[in-house]
Amino acid sequence: MCLTSVYQPMPQSQVQTDDLALVHQAKAGNLDAFSQLVTRYEGKIFRLASHILHNQADAEDVLQNAFLKAFTHLDGFQENAKFYTWLVRIAVNESLMKLRKKKRRKMVSLDDPVDTGEEELPREIAVWEKTPEQEYSQTELRQLLDQAIDELTPIYRAVFLLRDVDGLSTEETAEALDLSIPAVKSRLLRARLKLREILTRFFKRKGDDVFAYL
Amino acid sequence: MLTCKEFLVWLNEYLDETAAAEIRAKVEAHISTCPNCWVIFDTTKKTLQIYKGMEPQPLPSELHSRLMSAIEKRLAKP
Repeated sequence: MCLTSVYQPMPQSQVQTDDLALVHQAKAGNLDAFSQLVTRYEGKIFRLASHILHNQADAEDVLQNAFLKAFTHLDGFQENAKFYTWLVRIAVNESLMKLRKKKRRKMVSLDDPVDTGEEELPREIAVWEKTPEQEYSQTELRQLLDQAIDELTPIYRAVFLLRDVDGLSTEETAEALDLSIPAVKSRLLRARLKLREILTRFFKRKGDDVFAYL
Repeated sequence: MLTCKEFLVWLNEYLDETAAAEIRAKVEAHISTCPNCWVIFDTTKKTLQIYKGMEPQPLPSELHSRLMSAIEKRLAKP
């Protein structure tokens, strides 16, 4: 089986070094340096906000507010953290504020209790096709993968995107989402198992029976 | 020998290669004898591979333009 991502991100250490250099220049008033940071992360921030909010207009508001706040408060950025982690934290807070306003609820949090019921156990157990991604065009595959993430509950979406798609460490994900490390770990396991389950519906080898777990 | 539920508890650390050698050996012993758990391990691993490093869609140019002008507008304020 040769399942590989079609996307090759820049090595993390290189990104961080470049980010810090750009942050220094932006702090000194160089708008072009900040524009480069915007260009680098606008897609990821917009994707994260879109997955949390499920609304393009709200996600655009969050995108703007997050970068404006980041720019305004750049002096408060502690350089022992990654710029992206700090930016995500701002964007997630902005997203949650939007949700609170919309739902007219006092509290909307990514730290809601996790359901530990039996229904969380794997049910779809089937071997996948050898190269499932080749059965779809790149656009179809991307839509399918995004759709699968949207089937997760919000508490799992953000953790999975940051940890497994963006490649942040458990500690960085915890910091960005203001969750404890055990909370990140438990959400990540459930997110991975849920996504595996959803993708199995699309990728399972044709002709195989699906049988219940245990 | 791990039970299937115990296997699930250790699955993340096994996939992330952060599990201790003793745990790794227990997980490997379990999936070599439990076909269901082997499938769960294999398809979860493939789930991570297919998502890893997936870059977001480029931002539509008009959205990028609105974002940049909002930032420039803020800068223009004293």
